[in-house]
Amino acid sequence: MSTAPASVANGKLKTGLAALAFAAGMLMLGYAAVPLYRAFCQATGYGGTPRRASELEASGMKALAGQTMSIRFDANVDPNMKWRFSPEKTTQTVTIGERSMAFFEAENLTDKTITGAASYNISPDETASYFNKVQCFCFTRQTLRPHEKVRMPVVFFVDPKILGDKDVKDVRQITLSYTFHVAPPA
Amino acid sequence: MATIPHDDFLAHEHEDHAHHDHKPGFFARWFMSTNHKDIGTLYLIFAVCAGIIGGAISGMMRAELAHPGIQYLGWFATHIFGESNPSFDQTLHLWNVLITAHGLIMVFFMVMPAMIGGFGNWFVPLMIGAPDMAFPRMNNISFWLTVAGFCSLMISPFVPGGTGNGAGIGWTAYAPLSTTGSQGPAVDFAIFSLHLAGAGSIMGAINFITTIFNMRAPGMTLHKMPLFVWSVLVTAFLLLLALPVLAAAITMLITDRNFHTTFFDPAGGGDPILFQHLFWFFGHPEVYIMILPGFGMISQIISTFSKKPVFGYLGMAYAMVAIGVVGFVVWAHHMYTTGLSEDVKMYFTTATMVIAVPTGIKIFSWIATMWGGSISFKSPMVWAMGFIFLFTVGGVTGVVLANGGIDDNLQDTYYVVGHFHYVLSLGAVTSLFAGFYYWFPKMSGRWHSELLAHLHFWVFFAGVNMVFFPMHFLGMQGMPRRYPDYAPAFEKWNHLSTVGYMVMSVSIVIFLINIAYALVAGKKAAGNYWGEGATTLEWTLSSPPPFHQFETLPKIEDDHHH
Repeated sequence: MSTAPASVANGKLKTGLAALAFAAGMLMLGYAAVPLYRAFCQATGYGGTPRRASELEASGMKALAGQTMSIRFDANVDPNMKWRFSPEKTTQTVTIGERSMAFFEAENLTDKTITGAASYNISPDETASYFNKVQCFCFTRQTLRPHEKVRMPVVFFVDPKILGDKDVKDVRQITLSYTFHVAPPA
Repeated sequence: MATIPHDDFLAHEHEDHAHHDHKPGFFARWFMSTNHKDIGTLYLIFAVCAGIIGGAISGMMRAELAHPGIQYLGWFATHIFGESNPSFDQTLHLWNVLITAHGLIMVFFMVMPAMIGGFGNWFVPLMIGAPDMAFPRMNNISFWLTVAGFCSLMISPFVPGGTGNGAGIGWTAYAPLSTTGSQGPAVDFAIFSLHLAGAGSIMGAINFITTIFNMRAPGMTLHKMPLFVWSVLVTAFLLLLALPVLAAAITMLITDRNFHTTFFDPAGGGDPILFQHLFWFFGHPEVYIMILPGFGMISQIISTFSKKPVFGYLGMAYAMVAIGVVGFVVWAHHMYTTGLSEDVKMYFTTATMVIAVPTGIKIFSWIATMWGGSISFKSPMVWAMGFIFLFTVGGVTGVVLANGGIDDNLQDTYYVVGHFHYVLSLGAVTSLFAGFYYWFPKMSGRWHSELLAHLHFWVFFAGVNMVFFPMHFLGMQGMPRRYPDYAPAFEKWNHLSTVGYMVMSVSIVIFLINIAYALVAGKKAAGNYWGEGATTLEWTLSSPPPFHQFETLPKIEDDHHH
């Protein structure tokens, strides 16, 4: 009994600190969820996140002659964003596996220079992991001077593996959607 | 065990322990308290007060919903929340403020403080034969942080929050409504109140874990601990794992709102759905945090009044552990309509339904404990049996909602509101009243009126079923939640629901009268007033227990089970 209090106090301190470390670890995991979630979405196409591919990968793809997919382009602007933004063509039929290109137009309607950032999404969600972007205006911020008008390309291909996925075998059209926002301060 | 011999050694170690009932003065005792029983009492008083405020808010909502159209919101906005000449939008915004405040108060400032802070603080040390909590001063901080959090939340309805005064973001605080959608300090006050209450709860959890692991009386192994202690242990671990994630998520909200971060803003590469994932990673375990201590209390009560040890003790303990573990991998069943893929929905449907298994073990074991027992229908037992019935109803509708396909139709309808009020407002709250009548004479030393306690039960039971059962019908017919108005076709059941609220509020008056009666005129309670069925250590002490107990630790013999 006479030695008990010291060892109990010691044990209490140990357990208490361990529990505190546990809680601190969970707090950090909460923040770690932000990059992990982004990586998870990019790796799996979760929530309609398209993949990003290199030119090398694009040139390594085999185009499947006769196997086509319709791509619909959708362009939106955030309510605070005073740009006009639209695709040159609303739909385009591409050969699966082939490196393809589409153009979008943006125009700054104001008398001020505005920097924009585009968010993007693929629909249906399940096709996102087969939709590869090689070049995109959405990879970086775009700055338009007052009333400047630009033509912006997207280079992409549809991975032939899409034909082997039973969940999306009846998909005939993939929609690529963009929304331009006023870029937040860096 | 009840008579504690004077111990020379301890008397030297803690001089103020030498005399049993040496209590500090009023201010020092109640405002600087480090005594687990006093802090428990403070938590219970706090929870009753917060519950009355949260309940009054639901009264305003039920009044507005009694008939279609907007009747009372404008009056509330002017006369209670002090807005002069509110616009129609501001009036409607008040509705969002009410549902937000009701949810946050009931979850963070009523159920959690009562279950964990109140009964946990009072009875965990008593049941394991410990003199106090491991960190008594931290215990004090936990309580006062909770009070500070409540004050922050109470400021929020009176300062601007976007459309009108107050935070109208729902208890879930989804972005972007809680970020760009609600300008003004009200939302910051509401979020900050969660920071404070959360910090208090995390400290409380650390305290319980440390107490239970280090301060059990000699001979009390983990597998001999009373089930209430088990339930608080599991709850404390859930708090420790879940609350820091909420803290991270709402800190991101605060920085998105005020410091130009873009965690949840697509313009800067963020994603509002991420907030929902983080929130529900906390939010789902949170619902078990609110119910598990109730499970523990119900186990003690059913065993006491059946005069039998609880059926399947180990199964009961590990069922709670299993509920806690599985509870962390089912969160996205709150997010079925956010665009999850079929495969993800199938996983979350299956995992959610798995929880019905350990929950079923618990319901079965409570019934098996009663089976063949010598049951006495004292008020705590009646409340406990009411709990089993009501919680099971909520559990069954939970299994319905667990289906991703069905949830596509039912999400954000009154069916969901009915479901979670059956498990919380009827389940958790009923277990709180069961625990209250079980232990009130132990805590106060005075008897409540058993007649009033029974009356309280029956009026409450009738009232809450009238409030919440019709919500299932309304939800099935498509009435959406979170609106102050509805199509006239829904009037009949809404009106019944409002009448049910009035019945329920009468039962709360009976409860308050009962407490007043007990404190003024209640008979003195003996040490073990429930008799032979009550076998845990708190019954070896006087009622109320001495200010400092177990200065000589009780020894747990092998036959002295649960």
